[in-house]
Amino acid sequence: MNAVFYLSAAIAVAATFMVITRTHAVPALLYLVVSLLAIAVIFYTLGAPFAAALEAIVYAGAIVVLFVFVVMMLGLGEDATVSARFWGDPANWLGPAVLALALLAELVYALMADRAGAVGARRAIEAGEVGARLFGPYLLAVELASLLLLAALVAAYHLGRRTAKR
Amino acid sequence: MAGIALDHVLLLATVLFALGLAGVLIRRNLIFMLMSIEVMLNAAGLAFIAAGARWGQADGQIMFMLVLTLAAAEVSVGLALLLQIYRHLRSLDADAARLLEG
Repeated sequence: MNAVFYLSAAIAVAATFMVITRTHAVPALLYLVVSLLAIAVIFYTLGAPFAAALEAIVYAGAIVVLFVFVVMMLGLGEDATVSARFWGDPANWLGPAVLALALLAELVYALMADRAGAVGARRAIEAGEVGARLFGPYLLAVELASLLLLAALVAAYHLGRRTAKR
Repeated sequence: MAGIALDHVLLLATVLFALGLAGVLIRRNLIFMLMSIEVMLNAAGLAFIAAGARWGQADGQIMFMLVLTLAAAEVSVGLALLLQIYRHLRSLDADAARLLEG
């Protein structure tokens, strides 16, 4: 499990470095997805499977999709040939693809080792335990988080209107 | 913690945070600045998870979920602001919006 952690850490750092050094947004987003998935694998090795699932669903899923929507709305790729040119150049997608394949291999290995009981001593903190505390002592924090999300929803709707007054 | 030292996880979180901070400081493209902020929030969440795993408590994961909520709210408002800035200024350069005039 240690090897899985250190390899994921190396992938996360490398992918994050590539995120902040890319010129164009779409390759940077691909590397950002790889970085977030690597951190999800790290969460799994740390015994937090629920947080790993949330990381993959909310960060690598929802938040990155928001970024992709905005890149599309800004029309940075409105030319139909841009897509063909993007996929035609392996330099755009080969790096993220290799890193993602390494993560997949790690995940398969970790799941196999888990089934064989090789993870061993560390106790994973499951979703049920998190939920019980979340709706016990942390109930106020949950309500505050819901208010924050409502405020963000209203603000995003207000700011995102197309008929903005000048 | 089956062998993964807390120090190493915290070191990883520090490196990721530093990379995100460097991204905010050196990039002027607003999309890249928002992505770097995501990386920084993620590093903070990693530190919470590591601490929760070290002491075997669920609180670390709860804090991570609150960070996750914050990140979702931040990115939705940030991207809406980014769209408005692009509509007004036709540019994603952070320096183009330095005058704060509507």
